[in-house]
Amino acid sequence: MSTSLARLAERFTALLGPDGVITDPVRLRTYECDGLTNHRATPGVVVLPESAEQVAAVVRACAAEGVPYVARGSGTGLSGGALPRTDGVLIVTARMRRVLEIDIPNQRAVVEPGVINLDVTRAVRADGYYFAPDPSSQQICSVGGNVAENSGGAHCLKYGFTAHHVLACEIVTPDGEITELTADGPGYDLLGVFVGAEGTLGITTKITVRLTRVPETVQTLLAAFDSIESGGTAVSAIIGAGVVPAAIEMMDALSIEAAEAAVSCGYPPGAGAVLIVELDGPDAEVAHQFAEVERLCRQAGAFEIRIAADDAARALIWRGRKSAFAAVGRISPAYLVQDGVIPRTALPRVLGRIDALSAESGVRVANVFHAGDGNLHPLVLFDDAEPGAAERAEEVSGAILDLCIEHGGSITGEHGVGVDKSRYMPRMFTDTDLDTMQMVRCGFDPAGLCNPGKVFPTPRLCGEVPGVRKGVHPLVEQGKADLF
Amino acid sequence: MGAPEELPKLLNDCVHCGFCLPTCPTYVLWGEEMDSPRGRIHLMQQHQEGAPLSDAMVGHFDACLGCMACVTSCPSGVQYNRLIEMTRAEVEREHPRSAADRAIREMIFSLFPYPRRLRALRGPLRLYQRTGLDRLVRRSGVLERLSPSLAAMERLAPPLGKAPRLPGFVAARGERRATVGMLTGCVQREFFPGVNAATARVLAMEGCDVVIPKSQGCCGALSLHSGREDEARAFARRTIAAFERVEVVVVNAAGCGSSMKEYADLLADEPAWAGRAEALSARTRDLAEYLVELGPRAERRPLPVTVAYHDACHLAHAQGVRAQPRALLAGIPELTVREITDPGVCCGSAGTYNLLQPEAAAQLGDRKAANVRDTGAEVLVAANPGCSMQIADALGRQSGGKGVPMAVAHTAEVLDASLRGLGPEVFRARTS
Repeated sequence: MSTSLARLAERFTALLGPDGVITDPVRLRTYECDGLTNHRATPGVVVLPESAEQVAAVVRACAAEGVPYVARGSGTGLSGGALPRTDGVLIVTARMRRVLEIDIPNQRAVVEPGVINLDVTRAVRADGYYFAPDPSSQQICSVGGNVAENSGGAHCLKYGFTAHHVLACEIVTPDGEITELTADGPGYDLLGVFVGAEGTLGITTKITVRLTRVPETVQTLLAAFDSIESGGTAVSAIIGAGVVPAAIEMMDALSIEAAEAAVSCGYPPGAGAVLIVELDGPDAEVAHQFAEVERLCRQAGAFEIRIAADDAARALIWRGRKSAFAAVGRISPAYLVQDGVIPRTALPRVLGRIDALSAESGVRVANVFHAGDGNLHPLVLFDDAEPGAAERAEEVSGAILDLCIEHGGSITGEHGVGVDKSRYMPRMFTDTDLDTMQMVRCGFDPAGLCNPGKVFPTPRLCGEVPGVRKGVHPLVEQGKADLF
Repeated sequence: MGAPEELPKLLNDCVHCGFCLPTCPTYVLWGEEMDSPRGRIHLMQQHQEGAPLSDAMVGHFDACLGCMACVTSCPSGVQYNRLIEMTRAEVEREHPRSAADRAIREMIFSLFPYPRRLRALRGPLRLYQRTGLDRLVRRSGVLERLSPSLAAMERLAPPLGKAPRLPGFVAARGERRATVGMLTGCVQREFFPGVNAATARVLAMEGCDVVIPKSQGCCGALSLHSGREDEARAFARRTIAAFERVEVVVVNAAGCGSSMKEYADLLADEPAWAGRAEALSARTRDLAEYLVELGPRAERRPLPVTVAYHDACHLAHAQGVRAQPRALLAGIPELTVREITDPGVCCGSAGTYNLLQPEAAAQLGDRKAANVRDTGAEVLVAANPGCSMQIADALGRQSGGKGVPMAVAHTAEVLDASLRGLGPEVFRARTS
């Protein structure tokens, strides 16, 4: 441990008590990665603060020593956004888990960042409300992490991402000040900048979330198709008919196999793809549109349609989908979860290309997607015991992102850039774009200590003048980026 | 049990998704990665890669309750139950414990698995309770200073009454539907004799001949769940031999039933026993599980009482028995079943956990007791003696020493009361 880290550890012990500081190397290693295990770094020190004041004191101490720090919630992220720094401090918010206030008449709740997503819903369900963002990890992911990653979920097609459900954030700025960002004040929408900044602009310590009224009716169906193509046709037809489902999810044969092995969800056997369509809203509207959806699915070639008769049946349909990522562990020793976006209409074409990629490379790819908004989650399977397999999987995974960009999409829909995709940023953005983003970051964190090494491909100090260059940029020269 | 070469594969099943975290009692308490299933698996991996079993590492394994809530929540099918059992055995083999820790463990394992030794303790314990010496000792805090484990043991002992001996055979009432063996357990038999009597009566009233072999002893659950493998195997062999002649072995203690269903794994490497172990595991049923399979025949009489049903971890998580006890209770006319918030989180009993980790156990007991009280029920129903003692203790503590504010009963006792037409007073009389 460096001397500055050792000094900090002592200071933290005085601030948080011995219980709130971890320095034992064996214990530290359990924090070496989040939900994405192919990037690992053992943190220098871990702290477990219990209040905003403690977070601020820790951040101030880091700033004074010039030591980098990273915030972490439940550690379920899939882009390595909470990957620690070996020379830095990991600030874990898991002990900040109080629901501070519930204000039903104004449809809002105030929670600490370590509160688990689903616990917000549990706290207000009896009043007929819920917290809408529903990432698949909602049973464990923290609201603070949702804010950092601007998490979506199956239902963001209709209800939007975390950004649409956060009304205010109390944050600790990188200089250790506690301040509040709100959505409704005049001036710049700094809350909009903060949500989804992947923890690079500060640490949120209190979040005011919007509560959504539980819809009058929810109807869910599961449609089985021979192929992904016919499933894709159904998706386009449904959206084209002007229906905005709460969710449209598609799974291919391989991911169905995994989910079946994990949770015995009982999806129709022999399906090349299943589509889960959920409609919610007023009774009459849902009844009318549901009939339409059923008709469109049959027209597109669905060979079996199951309609959830009650909450238990609905939960079973969703269980297969929600467990799909982790369930892939049943059919493959290791896998990469990819997250890319394409225009909905490009779905059949891109899936065909992914199939071809998989055939060429011999790397199996299972597909799960939020079909309604073109958010793909290809799961790239490999055996980590086999030499070179991880690299090949990585290559296929990267090639899928290229396909997304090529078709006018994006390298991430909801998992974030983190450390995993920072190298793909130049494929999507020019240097000028990236420099402009850096300037925003420097506005918040001029010292570059707050979750450094994430989002951007090349760390740059804030003193460097962006944009003004002589000659060709090195990245362009290396063929890694293009100037448009 | 499981060959060591299996360990890397079992470890590799974990994909680090974190779905187990919110279901883990120690993660719920402390919010630390290394006290979560995912973190403990990471520690096991570190050890596998050569990191020595340090005191810190062992501390986190010891802090695991073995409640198996993580097994229920894991989408990747990680067999954490086997991982922690293998790890505990390794700890017992390799890691030197402090003299005080060794002494307390020796005491526990030379007392609890032996019904005769427990019986010898009953007399002095009854005297101790009836003279009021127990209250004096608790007020003085002398045991707490001497050893928190001893203090926990003293506190947890339930008020003892007479202990009727069960005969070796109880004949079915009416036409016989089955012949079942009954495990009497250790703590169940000596500290909760009423539960065993009720179990035998309910089985008989439902048309079962009940065989209660005298040769049975401890099933080995406590040893198995604490990494004492050789001891567990010896107990298992004896239990198998005792029950080989019955069609079904009915068990009314969750921890015992769960370990008997694991005999096949435990004795897999012993050619002479592997087959017999597998057969016994396949014939083992929890009481509620068995009664539902059998179907009700005896008349249920009304029992106007509100009960809260507590899921014992070794019943719900380890054996997947959740619906059956609820169905049995709901089948009693005029009885209301209430659900306890966070039913899947352990009460802190966990075999010997409340004796070896009294502090964490007390915190979990307090959480559970608060949730139990919130149901407003008159009777708490649990199907494991450890849970009953643990929750009764926590309820008593929360009432500020004014006694346990609600009755605690086993599913068998509630059914027995209904089948025999006893009123709810039989439970109300228990509130002290």
